[in-house]
Order: sequence, then structure tokens, then C-alpha cells
Amino acid sequence: MISLKRTMLFIPGNNPSMLMNSIVFGSDCVIFDLEDAVSEKQKDAARILVRNGLKTLDFENTEVFVRINDISTKYWKNDLEEVMKGKINSILLPKTESPKSVKEAEKYIEELEKKYNIEKQITIMPLLETALGIENAFQIAKSSERIEGLFLGAEDLTADLGAKRTKEGKEILYSRSRVVTAAKAAKILAIDTPFTDVDDDEGLVKDTIFAKEIGFDGKASISPRHVDIINKIFMPSKEEIIYAHKVIDAIEKAEEEGKGVVSLEGKMIDAPIVNRARKVLLVLNKSRGVM
Amino acid sequence: MKIKNIAIVGSLESNDVMITIEPLENKLEIIIESIVYDQFNEEIKKAVQDVCDELEVKQAKIKVNDRGALECTIKARMEAAIIRGKGEIL
Amino acid sequence: MSKIVKTFKEVFKLCGLKNGMTISFHHHMRNGDYVLNNVISQLDECGFRDIKIAPSAVFPIHEPLIEYIKKGVVTSIDTNYMSGSVAEFISLGEMEQPVKFRSHGGRPKAMEDGEIKVDVAFVAAPSSDKMGNINGVLGSSACGSLGYAFSDVEHAKSVVAVTDYLVDYPNPYISIDETKVDYVVPVSKIGDSAKIVSGTTKITRDPVGLTIAKNAASVIEKSGLLKNGFSFQTGAGGASLAAAYYLKKVMLEKNIQGSFGMGGITKYFVDFLNEGFFKTLMDVQCFDLDAVKSIKENPNHIEISASLYANPNSKSCVVDNLDIVILGATEIDTNFNVNVHTDSNGMIIGGSGGHSDTAAGSKLCIIVTPLIRARLPIIVDKVTTISTPGNTIDVLVTERGIAVNPNRKELKNKLIDEGLKVLDIQEMQNIAQKITGKPKRARLSHKIVGEVIYRDGNIIDTIKAVNKR
Repeated sequence: MISLKRTMLFIPGNNPSMLMNSIVFGSDCVIFDLEDAVSEKQKDAARILVRNGLKTLDFENTEVFVRINDISTKYWKNDLEEVMKGKINSILLPKTESPKSVKEAEKYIEELEKKYNIEKQITIMPLLETALGIENAFQIAKSSERIEGLFLGAEDLTADLGAKRTKEGKEILYSRSRVVTAAKAAKILAIDTPFTDVDDDEGLVKDTIFAKEIGFDGKASISPRHVDIINKIFMPSKEEIIYAHKVIDAIEKAEEEGKGVVSLEGKMIDAPIVNRARKVLLVLNKSRGVM
Repeated sequence: MKIKNIAIVGSLESNDVMITIEPLENKLEIIIESIVYDQFNEEIKKAVQDVCDELEVKQAKIKVNDRGALECTIKARMEAAIIRGKGEIL
Repeated sequence: MSKIVKTFKEVFKLCGLKNGMTISFHHHMRNGDYVLNNVISQLDECGFRDIKIAPSAVFPIHEPLIEYIKKGVVTSIDTNYMSGSVAEFISLGEMEQPVKFRSHGGRPKAMEDGEIKVDVAFVAAPSSDKMGNINGVLGSSACGSLGYAFSDVEHAKSVVAVTDYLVDYPNPYISIDETKVDYVVPVSKIGDSAKIVSGTTKITRDPVGLTIAKNAASVIEKSGLLKNGFSFQTGAGGASLAAAYYLKKVMLEKNIQGSFGMGGITKYFVDFLNEGFFKTLMDVQCFDLDAVKSIKENPNHIEISASLYANPNSKSCVVDNLDIVILGATEIDTNFNVNVHTDSNGMIIGGSGGHSDTAAGSKLCIIVTPLIRARLPIIVDKVTTISTPGNTIDVLVTERGIAVNPNRKELKNKLIDEGLKVLDIQEMQNIAQKITGKPKRARLSHKIVGEVIYRDGNIIDTIKAVNKR
């Protein structure tokens, strides 16, 4: 499946207004948050609210994630059980530190898929936000077929590292590179940590451009106001777009002519190149529709 | 199952609803206040009643202070209120 | 010689004020105005009854009016806008005579045509000299432009300037001059100018409002009207102002300078002027104190009268040269008719102001509103009150897409070609109702409590009383 994850927008799980409006901000994905955005006392109410929203609201083209509570808590199983009753693409698994925790979550997801006859497999995106999680990034990336990407969470991580979180982000440079490298080695996506200053557009632009330059495929956001800027930066370049059109044209021509092997400008076009091209054009299409 | 505790769920933010449920003997009393009362009072009442039926609540006093919540929100808040009122932990 | 009269009592006598006569006020002090309340209470003390009032707007501060209506001191209201408890009182059907609601351009026309015959105009004057040379920019109650008062002083039989800042003759700034003014009444305070700022003059931080604003700026950018020399007006609502903020970004990017900005003027427009985005501001009323300061100091920030602003009787008026206006709505129907008089329960919460004037005059009239407010879909089959006819509205912009009036086919195609999310208005109504459910219409009584008089003088709708609960 080709999926777009330029922006992943966090939506607080216990906020009905944001739940209703989650798709209007133009992010490729929304993440309904049952973890940090919900106080201990409201975990039950938020979980039920999100489940009802997932069952009844139309999310159109937006991919829907839920960040459940981490598997060391008493909440995560109830979280999963409720939200899997709704339309959901993926689970964001916080504080993932080892393949073992992915497997544990996956096992329960499988049980629920059987219990509720869910046909479409939901995917998992581990959130790496501890030193151990970062060090185990590649093993985590390879721990399940369901994993479609690694997600870096810098706030908890810097606390765990004993580092000071700064706008420049030197303290997370290693972790960013590690996450990107691990993800790419496992042929999955890498998603960058959100930029947390809601009012600093310039800082956001810098931080996002840097993330793109070092190989991230998209970036999380905690503010609807950040979505447009991030989307724009993760737009494919002109060259990429032209190349993508050429690739798709060549593929279509080859199919018409019944050729198995396709080449473009003397180079073989393999499946990853085709997928990449499709994705580029999808981004383009989508961003035309989104104002 | 009986409502044993007073429970409050939700808020008075726009698009939310605050449900207060308390024990009451022998009847179900539903009081609705809403900023969209003229437009949606029947729908709100039905949503509240439906959740009561589904969770077999027949005796309780339920106060609904609605700030334009969607049906899915009203039902979610009701469900959470009943669960808390019954003293169950989810 | 001096026109100073010490008390209202005296001035009433000098003006020959009698029961059944009409007196007028202007609303530049907005929710900080003391003059209307003051005059009416003096009228009551003097035993006047059956007075007809024509204030250009009524605000929450005018709550004492309710008692004077009940007492029979005031029996008729002719105004352009009404909010707060007086509006609620009227909506509940407590006043015998329906309120006449006009537009900012329609009011001076009605005075010219003799539909509003003002016997005495009371002008809240932040500063005046002894002969009645007045301005809005000096004194502790400075409110800036006096735009709506010009027609009153032109057409009233008697004109009384009420001031709390008497300056030596001649007043160094003259907005309305002594040839129009009969008497000057000094008072301790004409109002609280801090309260001319209403709560709606701040850029919204609500993410949905910002999304709508961004979409509105996109529509402007792609409309073809955004070029050097374009003119622009926006309301003071949070989303409208945010649209101006995004528009500024686009203007900067494309290096575009506009000709004039108009309307109720806020700090955001003052910044526009000072930073060179527009050459001139045409100011019929100041919405905050930054605007007040600017109109005093900046020669390119010009005070205009309501007639110059929008009077359809004039040989010409500025709205006819307006390219783009952004306006709000409490409801819009599938024929693009817009309601800004009443909320979805039928309660009076505002009025046309310049809404229908600018919609009619501008080349591109954009309505910005959330598609859903609380649980209410804003697009309805038929608006509760028609404030502005649909044939003058061009585009509706919401957080979930935009709708273009079918009579603007070219514009519609252009926006579609530019990749904007253009939907049919019915389609947008369906999207909203799918989320909210279909609302019942609020049941209103048969009693007519207001008449909406379009800028041409014709009644286009009536406002019915709401039922008491």
C-alpha cells in the first residue's frame, strides 16, 4: 500500500470538538491521543469518546491512528479493545523499547481482529522515545510485518537521556539519524518528532527542512497550525514530480505493449521506483485538493 | 444493574455535553438542557434513552447539559457516566 | 458668541422637542457610549413620552433603554445593528412597534428621502469648541472617525453636540463644523473609549477559524482580483481578521500593494497602512484605539461619512469601487441568502451594518463561517432572516470546502482550475447534516418585532418574536 505520511497531527482524545474537526486541517494522518493528552481520571471517557467517533465520523482520505497507553499500563488493552471497534488504520505504540513489546501488542491485536472479525489488518507504528528504544531501533523495525514506520518522540527521549531539549535539536541528532537509518534499513518509513513551539513558524520551517534532509518521510505535529508548513516542505520537488510522471508513463506504455521489463532513460525501473513515483503523484494530487 | 454513585462525565466546552448521573429509586428521570434544544431536543433525548436501554439502566436521575454535542459524543458521555455510576472500572 | 447650553433640559426646550418627535444618535463610542442613556433618562425626567429614536447602533451598554421602552418614553427604534439585552427584549416581543433595521448605507438614504425625519440629532463629540466645531480624535473619549454622524447633522432640524472636552475656539481639528451645529452641551463624560474595542476584534486562535481564514485568503489569491491597486474590506470578526493576516502573507510573497482598505478599522488595518500594504484607509468607524491614534496622525487614514461609504442615493459611493470584502454569517441558505440579524433560535444578535452594502458594491463578496457551529449546520434551506440577498454573495468559505454562487460560473471554474476544494452548496449542507443530524427549525411566534429594510429602502424580510421558554 502506498501511504502518505507527510504530516501526522495529534488530536487530544477527550476533546469532542477537535475529534469532529480533526480532518479539516489537511494533515495526511491524524493521531487520536489516549496517552499524554488525557489525564488519568479521564482515560475511560476518552477511550469511549474516541471509539464512538471512529465508528460514526467520516475521515475521508485521512489515515487514522490512535496512540494507546503503553503496555506497562493497565489501560492499553482496554484502549485497543475499544478503538479497534472503529475505523482505524494504525496504532501508535508509545515507549516501545524492544521487539518483545511490539510482539505483545501484536498478539493482542490479532486476538481482537479474530474476536471482532476485522478483515483489514491494522498496522503498528512504534514510538521510540527512550534511550533503549533508540538503541533497539532496527530490531524493533524488523519485529513485525505490521510495522510501517518508526516514529521518533524527542520530548520523553531527552528526559531519559538527561539532555536539554533545545530548538536546534543537537541533543537528538544521533537519535534522529539512528531512527532514519534503522527505518530505511528495514524499508519502512521514518517519522520525525513534533516541533513544540506553536508560535515559532520560522523555527518550524528550519526543523522540518532539516528532518527532510536527513531522510525522514514525514513529521508529527501537535498544532493544526503547523500542518500546512510541514506538508509544503515534504512536497516532492519539481524534478521528482517530472520523473514520477515519466516513470508512470513508461510503465503504462510497457503494459500496453505487453512488456515485462521496463526501462527509462536506459535504467531499469523496479517496483520501489514505481511505488515511489505513485506516491509522489498521490501527494501532488492530494495537496491540490487540500486548500 | 444499579447506579450506585454520583458520576459526572464531559464538559461545558462547545461540542461537548456534561452528563450527571445519580441514584434514584424506581424511575428514570432525564433532564435536558441544551443550546440547541429547539433544533435537536428529540435526538438528544433518544440518544440518552438508547444508552440507558442498552446498558439496562432503569433507575437513575440523569442531567444533561448539552453544548451542541454530536450524537456520538452524547452516547459516549452517557456510557462513561453509567459505567462510573455503577462503580465499574474500565 | 457661544452655543454652549448648560443642561439637557434647556437644550430640549431650545430645540423645541416635543412628544412624538424623533431623535438620533451615532454609535462610534460603541459599547462605551454614555450619551444615549444620558439623554433618554433626562427626557424621562422632563416627562417626555413617545420619543422615536434613530441610533445608528444599539449595544449592551444601552440596557437602560428597556425600562424607558416599558415606560413609554421610547416607542420606536430605527437602527442598523442591535446586540445585548435590548436586542433580547425586542426579540421577546416586548415592544409594540417593530424595530426598523437598515444598513449603514441605507440610513443616510432614508434621511435624504425623508423616511427618517430627525428632529434633534445628539452627537457624542469627543472634542468641541464653543461653536460646535467637533472632532473624534481629541480628548479622553476620542473614538476616531465620526462617519455615521454626518448624515444626522446634515438632515436633523436641530443638532446638539454633547462633549466632555471643550477646547478653545477654533478647534484645531474639525470633522463636523459649526455650520451644522446648533448647541453644545458639556457633560462630565460622553463614554468610555476603552470599550469601543469589542471582543470580536482579535485574531482568532481557534484552529478551525484559522483554517477558514486561510481558505478565504486562498480564494482571494486565486480569484484574479489580487493585483496592485486592489481594495479590501473585512469585518472585525476573528476569522475575518485572520483572513487579513493570511492575505498579508500572500501580498508580501507576491509583492502586491493595494489601493485602499475600508470599513470599521482595526489595528490590523493600521499595520497594513503603516507597512505599505495599502496606500489609504477609508474609515467610517474605529474599532480600537490604535485606529483612533492613526486617524489622528496619519493623513492617509481618512474619515469618511456613511454616505460616502455606502449610500446608494449618492452620485457614487466607495463600496462601488471595492474589490473584495470578507463578511460573516449566522446562517446562509442554499440560495446564498445570508442572515446576520438573528441566531438560529431567531434571537436578534446583530444587524446588517455595512454587510448588505459592501456585498452589493464589491466585485467579490466572501462569506466566512464554520460549516458547523456547536451542533448547528450553518447552511440551511432557508435563513431565519434575510439580511443580505444571495445574488450579492459570491463565495462561501468554510473549513471543509468552498461554495461558489452559481451565478459566478467563471469564478467557480477558475477556483476549481486552481485546485481549490469547490463543492456545491447543497453538497456542503449534506456533509454538515451527515455529521450533525437534520435540525428542526426554531418555532417563532407570529408577532413581527423587526423589519429588515434593504439599502434601497424596500423591506426584504421581517423578524418574528421568539417564544419565551
